[in-house]
Amino acid sequence: MSDANIEFHSVANTEEVTEDEPKAVSIGRMDIGIYKLDGEFYAIDDICTHAYACMTDGYIDDGQIECPLHGALFDIKTGKAMTAPATIDLRSYEVKVDGDQIMVGVPKTED
Amino acid sequence: MNEDRTFLIIGASQAGGWVAQTLRHEGFEGKVILIGEEPYLPYERPPLSKAALLGEVTVDSTYFWSQETLDEANIETQLNTRVIAIDRNVKEIVTEGGTRMGYDKLAITTGARVRELPVEGADLPGVFYLRTMENTLAIRDAVKDGTTAMIVGGGWIGLECAATLTKLGCNAIVIESADRLCGRAVTPEISDWMLEFHTSHGVDVRLGTGIEKFQGAGQLERAVLPSGDTIECSVAVVGIGVIPNAELARDAGLEVDNGIVVDDRACTSDSDIVAAGDVTNHPNALLGRRIRLESYENAQNQGIIAGKAMLNKAEAYSELPWFWSDQFDANLQMIGLPKDWEETVTRGDKDSNEFVTFYLKDGVIDGAISVNNPRDLRIAKRLMLGKKQVTAAELINPETKMQGLLKR
Repeated sequence: MSDANIEFHSVANTEEVTEDEPKAVSIGRMDIGIYKLDGEFYAIDDICTHAYACMTDGYIDDGQIECPLHGALFDIKTGKAMTAPATIDLRSYEVKVDGDQIMVGVPKTED
Repeated sequence: MNEDRTFLIIGASQAGGWVAQTLRHEGFEGKVILIGEEPYLPYERPPLSKAALLGEVTVDSTYFWSQETLDEANIETQLNTRVIAIDRNVKEIVTEGGTRMGYDKLAITTGARVRELPVEGADLPGVFYLRTMENTLAIRDAVKDGTTAMIVGGGWIGLECAATLTKLGCNAIVIESADRLCGRAVTPEISDWMLEFHTSHGVDVRLGTGIEKFQGAGQLERAVLPSGDTIECSVAVVGIGVIPNAELARDAGLEVDNGIVVDDRACTSDSDIVAAGDVTNHPNALLGRRIRLESYENAQNQGIIAGKAMLNKAEAYSELPWFWSDQFDANLQMIGLPKDWEETVTRGDKDSNEFVTFYLKDGVIDGAISVNNPRDLRIAKRLMLGKKQVTAAELINPETKMQGLLKR
């Protein structure tokens, strides 16, 4: 996919996301979780691929987010499903920081 | 090495499915056959009292693995098949149809079945239990807007069922013989909160009474209470606990005591047979005692251990028991099996339906129950595993950052 198909959206202020406290944001109908790890920001889908749960309500440990409902672990940087019961990865999105704004790149929609 | 061994799994359940998947993940190349009594592939049970009962999800969507996924992993399934005996002398199982199948290693993941209500009329059409997909589909077919549904048992299943039937427009009446809801699992304060919560959502909860009998002409029409009062109802759902399906193991001479007795690697008293899930009585090193769990997490993780044990690769299994329940818009979670605690403290606000109650013992957390706060519950789990010293005052204080307590 070329960059022309990606559109960056301002989703949060850098102050709003800490290493311990991720933030849930929406872009259109997409629910995305914004995380901070070692000073860098990351964006991955916020709805668990296994069952309906908001990942940002989960617990962060060692670069992984644990689903609050069934305990599946996902890698925050890549969205990769690390443990049962999840077998499908969370989608991850490109993140840019512009001043104090966190920008997330998602595929352009038709509208 | 050419692998010609056959590993059989009795019980096409969550635990059984994880045994099979684990065998493949670990590189086992022999035959893996998953045998189940029900017509379904291993499915998720949590939706049975919620989304599946509401009719929001299809049966297929509750499968842990699709048929294609199982085919790709070369996991054979033999559904609609009841196993009636294990012949350990010749290492064969016997099905109801009389077929014998040989095994090199065997896993028993037969789960549990509902405890039946021993009262007159309990066999009337209209009286249901809730354990299987078939049960859920039958209840869903029997209720409609305005149906009065009697729920017997104010435990997790009963309360989840009451919440879902209320959402479907039924008048749900919960009958609980104890003097409070979920009495075996939560503190009296949380029982009070649950009563208030369900009542405020329109559930009619009656404590301290059982059912004398059910009556009706060929179909349930009313329940009669010991007081002599009658309640007109066309549907009843009984949720009064389960019994482990351990008879197969017992009859085969395996050690059974409130479930199949296994060690911390899911091995039974026969070195070629493992067992996992609701059916096992297993040691828990973190709690320092033997337990039998009816939980999602145990079915999954003990299943994984059992699969590894069949390949002699198992590590010791022990984790803090964890449960959850969804009722109306409340997500309840519990960690640990607190026993002999000294005090309980609550963080958050019960009136806003968002709080955590901690059980404290010797300055550490011995268990916790959260309502609409899964994150703090997860932190409580870490605090428990790390045996972190905490005080009631700091847990209650809303200024305390829970995650900060972990850094001690």
